[in-house]
Amino acid sequence: MILSEKDREAVKKEFEKLADPVKVTVFSQELGSETCQQTERLVREVVLLTDKASMEVLNLVLDREKANAYGVDRVPAVVVEGAKDYGIRFFGLPAGYEFTNLVDAIVVASTGKPALSQETQAALAGLRSPVHIKVFATPT
Amino acid sequence: MRLAQHMAVASDQIRADCIEANEFPEWSQQYRVMAVPKVVINDRVQFEGALPERDFLSAVLRAVNGGGTLG
Repeated sequence: MILSEKDREAVKKEFEKLADPVKVTVFSQELGSETCQQTERLVREVVLLTDKASMEVLNLVLDREKANAYGVDRVPAVVVEGAKDYGIRFFGLPAGYEFTNLVDAIVVASTGKPALSQETQAALAGLRSPVHIKVFATPT
Repeated sequence: MRLAQHMAVASDQIRADCIEANEFPEWSQQYRVMAVPKVVINDRVQFEGALPERDFLSAVLRAVNGGGTLG
């Protein structure tokens, strides 16, 4: 177990907000780094905490077509999808602070209701060209 | 990352990548990540540290329009 009992209880509480099913896809590599295996194990523990989330593990090389379709070119990568692919990706083991974001991503992908002001949502609704946001972070 | 992923849900145009900087040193170097969080939008607009929602939105719009200001 990667998650402590306390972590699991906290995540379960967050997951009470889940609505629609969520699919979490982990891209890994057979002979990938240890973080690939850790990411698989972590996501597996998380999806087991709810019956609304499912998990698929794909291989970056063997499943190249799907990797391309998801815009994934390195591992470990985690794709969080709800009613549709909203474009949420994690690269690297989502631990520590990023674990909180992974849980939050699963919740918002499930509800489809972003916690943003009306003004922000209206401005974003007007976007007509692609926006690719990269957030570089560390676990602590 | 929280704001970015919520924005991704709010708009089909937005994709939000959360990158563990230590695990991808070359990627981090490419974007000159010196402090985290560092946010890069469309490879055009970048900032370090957490911004309030309004300012984050301004950065997004600036990345798309090439106009606007931060804050």
